[in-house]
Amino acid sequence: MKRKLVIIGAGMASGRMLETLLDMAPDAYDVTLFNAEPRGNYNRLMLSPVLSGEKTYEEIVTHDEAWYAARGIETRFGEHVVRIDRARQVVISARGETHYDKLVIATGSAPFILPVQGKDLPGVVTYRDLEDTNAMIAIARPGAKAVVIGGGLLGLEAAAGMAARGAEVVVIHIMGHLMERQLDPSAGYLLQKDLERRGIKVHCRGATKAILGHDRVEAVALDDGTVYGADLVCMAVGIRPEVRLANDAHLEVGRGIVVNDQMTTSDPAIHALGECVEHNRQLFGLVAPLYDQAKVLAATLAGQAAAFRPVQTATKLKVTGVDLFSAGDFAEGPGREDIVFRDPGRGIYKRLVIEGDRLLGAVMYGDTADGAWFFSQIKEGSDISAMRDTLIFGPGFQGAAPADPLAAVAALPPEAEICGCNGVCKGRIVTAIQGGAVTLDAVRASTKASASCGTCTGLVEQVMALTLGGGFKANANPPLCKCTDHTHEDVRRLIKAGAMKSIPAVMQELGWKTAGGCATCRPALNYYLIADWPLDYRDDRQSRFVNERNHANIQKDGTYSVVPRMWGGVTTPAELRAIADAADKYKVAMVKVTGGQRIDLLGVRKEDLPAIWADLNDAGMVSGHAYSKGLRTVKTCVGSEFCRFGTQDSTGLGIKLEKMLWGSWTPAKVKLGVSGCPRNCAEATCKDIGVVCVDSGYEVSVAGAAGMDVRETLPLCKVATEAEVMEAVAAFVQLYRENARYLHRIYKWVDKVGLDWCQAQIADPATRRALCDRFQLSQSIYQVDPWAEHAKPAERAKWAALADLTLEAAE
Amino acid sequence: MTWADIGALDDIPAQGARVVKTAAGCVAVFRTADDRVFAMADQCPHKGGPLSEGIVHGTSVTCPLHAWVFSLESGEAQGPDAGAVATFAVRIEAGRILLDMRRLARRVAA
Ligand code: SRM
Ligand SMILES: Cc1cc2nc3c(=O)[nH]c(=O)nc-3n(C[C@H](O)[C@H](O)[C@H](O)COP(=O)(O)OP(=O)(O)OC[C@H]3O[C@@H](n4cnc5c(N)ncnc54)[C@H](O)[C@@H]3O)c2cc1C
Ligand code: SF4
Ligand code: FES
Repeated sequence: MKRKLVIIGAGMASGRMLETLLDMAPDAYDVTLFNAEPRGNYNRLMLSPVLSGEKTYEEIVTHDEAWYAARGIETRFGEHVVRIDRARQVVISARGETHYDKLVIATGSAPFILPVQGKDLPGVVTYRDLEDTNAMIAIARPGAKAVVIGGGLLGLEAAAGMAARGAEVVVIHIMGHLMERQLDPSAGYLLQKDLERRGIKVHCRGATKAILGHDRVEAVALDDGTVYGADLVCMAVGIRPEVRLANDAHLEVGRGIVVNDQMTTSDPAIHALGECVEHNRQLFGLVAPLYDQAKVLAATLAGQAAAFRPVQTATKLKVTGVDLFSAGDFAEGPGREDIVFRDPGRGIYKRLVIEGDRLLGAVMYGDTADGAWFFSQIKEGSDISAMRDTLIFGPGFQGAAPADPLAAVAALPPEAEICGCNGVCKGRIVTAIQGGAVTLDAVRASTKASASCGTCTGLVEQVMALTLGGGFKANANPPLCKCTDHTHEDVRRLIKAGAMKSIPAVMQELGWKTAGGCATCRPALNYYLIADWPLDYRDDRQSRFVNERNHANIQKDGTYSVVPRMWGGVTTPAELRAIADAADKYKVAMVKVTGGQRIDLLGVRKEDLPAIWADLNDAGMVSGHAYSKGLRTVKTCVGSEFCRFGTQDSTGLGIKLEKMLWGSWTPAKVKLGVSGCPRNCAEATCKDIGVVCVDSGYEVSVAGAAGMDVRETLPLCKVATEAEVMEAVAAFVQLYRENARYLHRIYKWVDKVGLDWCQAQIADPATRRALCDRFQLSQSIYQVDPWAEHAKPAERAKWAALADLTLEAAE
Repeated sequence: MTWADIGALDDIPAQGARVVKTAAGCVAVFRTADDRVFAMADQCPHKGGPLSEGIVHGTSVTCPLHAWVFSLESGEAQGPDAGAVATFAVRIEAGRILLDMRRLARRVAA
């Protein structure tokens, strides 16, 4: 007599299992197939082409009525199994009980729903089945607004599908880059650029706070205050194995239903396969391993020996026109090495991860033609040592040229600005060269490019090399660091000309040779991006040196010093009491008056920092940034308010200047001094910017120093009013912020660009005003007290140890 | 018990580190840009700098005090500097970080 086989779930895994089983043992079982969806097996992967309109549902059905009928399978579609009674070997559904000799659970997964307000509103869908797909198709038309929460594989396919139908789509992703499980930041950046080019807006680091709406969804609100209007919200934030039936039946369940190598659960009469299972602590979310499971389970049910061994999987995003491939294990790890290839001009990125003689993983973007070949090298564990040097160029390649450092310049459009001082674009330089200007001097004479501050010389030479070909030899300035062939100046200018707005963007577009940069280039890039794109770029804390990351100076014993701002060196009894109380409370090792006219509390433990900051904040004090490449101090003297020689209110002006400038990030530290008369008690003439008050007004001078070099300041301008001092100083600081190389103090930068050029910029009213405006714009975002931010209760735990295992005992 | 649960992967910022206190001293647990974790003694062999406060790049960390660079994989100093830091096994399971305590725990008499 035939035995009775009941299958719960007509999905991708059980469909393949049935085919195989019926081939191997057509007469072994009477089969009953339950499915919660009111239909049989179809190719779930292909829902994305259905959503985008490239396929119809009919085209993706894998098993139709006739197929089941021909094989005598009883189909119970649209019928949920609600319980399994193991003792009596029956499953229970709406239409009663069904007996089994063997049971297969193939219930797949359920989409994870964020527990936010509004999650149950009509118009909020997930992306799992045909119903979800049809709901999206019904809404997605030109003018409709859709928000997709989740920038993983499913979310992006949903976004691209709806965008293809004309909807305005925003993707909200919690992580720093898209598809972070499959892609590294560089490939994630290229993907984002491609999606943005199709009109999809991508919002990374976005945490959904609530879904808003009355009768149906109207908008999505994020933690950072952004609100996006929405006619539909698709939640694609992950899946979890559908294990409810197994749980209720007391089968062994971890994260998924636990199965052995034969796909048998803890009950020998019950098997499971697909996304609902857990095998050797591993879960599965792609079909390739599920098909292997299907073969193994078919054999098990047919009474043959077979064992499931998970294999590596490869991922492709099914968005037409986006070429992306990732396979194997491409994370960095012990003993692993990276081979990175970037072709910025063509938007190509490839990365191979190698361990010893084996290829472990591959990530590719833009050119995935060799993906399958790399994947087979990974799966077979081939010895790649002989072809290592040319491996990244793929199967057919021998002896390719290395990535070309000129590619970034070659990719610039003709209208990209090369020389900022004289507003000369690439096209004009090319025309001049083609018109016969074949030396740098000739280009300078005919276009003025590189004729002023000279920091674009490298770029002009690269344009010449590109236009003139092999004959031209560019200069040999040292590159920024070993990760790139570009100089600081070139990188700065290319960031602006190419509108690059993130560290992965710069690394990709400029052909960085390492995957994640180094301790030299990352802080520099972080600064350049902050200075150039205050509205778009977000500070990358992990690219900062410890002092700026922790907002305090690290000491040789690992403790920190805390210096609150003391505007212009002026304090009050109340502030001094608060400082004294803090010194007592946190047992600081030393209280010291600094050379910058304020007080240093030395020897504070890292875990106490948020608390001491909160106490100082409560007394009205903010961070003194004694640790930053930014504004440090404005030293003042007592001036006309008290001093018998004082000509102007130097103390008041110093305070105003400090209040205007604090919080700004600069290439290196910036210190000011304001003296009330030429006796110069505030030592203004050895500061980065010095103001000396005289009867007729104010002498503003710049580029002094009193550290490793001692320099007297040079005159910038002389003005009559405080307001003019403020404007000149703001403009000059901005000029420095926009043009200097990272870690160059003002005096070093002025040595390079020349005092004349600086004076001319500040003297010209329109230029001065524009610089000032850009400075104020940046301050509107960056002038915040970092202490207050990090002292918030929610932030405090991050400053203490992650765990204390000092009492942990070994057995 | 040899593997101790020290926290969630998300408690450590990508390209950052956190410290775990143990009977054998502080251990720095690093997370790379692509979510790998590594553990090593939080003490630079040069002058004791807290490596957990260094900049993490690729699978290396640069000491915050005098910029020696160490491989997170082997603990060896890179480039011209000579020295090594003890490393400890660490792994991720279901989003939790597990640290191998065999060389870190205080032994107690049974
Ligand atoms: C606290 C203070 C000394 C004091 O007790 O008075 C100090 C302390 C440090 N200075 Fe300074 N400098 C201090 C005033 C000065 C001055 C005097 C001034 O500002 O009027 C100078 C010379 C003026 C100048 O900058 O031109 C000064 C020139 C330096 C230099 C040399 C900079 C240069 O470009 O040549 C360094 C090294 C560096 O920045 O690379 C430095 C670096 C340092 C560092 C940050 C070293 C470090 O990186 O760890 C010290 C931090 C100690 C700590 O843990 O807190 N410090 N330092 C002063 C803090 C002023 C403040 O209130 O913020
Ligand atoms: C839009 C989309 C695109 C995808 N793209 C890819 C891709 O490109 N590559 C790739 O490898 N993978 C992709 N996947 C993942 C792939 O589809 C899944 O891994 C695969 O479908 C899982 O197969 P399964 O049989 O375990 O579960 P499913 O195919 O989900 O089938 C489970 C079935 O069980 C039913 N069920 C659940 N509970 C019960 C119950 N109590 N009673 C009765 N029936 C029940 C469900 O209704 C469902 O029909 C994609 C998934 C989606 C949604
Ligand atoms: S700067 Fe001149 S006015 Fe001011 S304290 Fe010194 S001497 Fe007096
Ligand atoms: S203490 Fe680490 S480099 Fe000096």
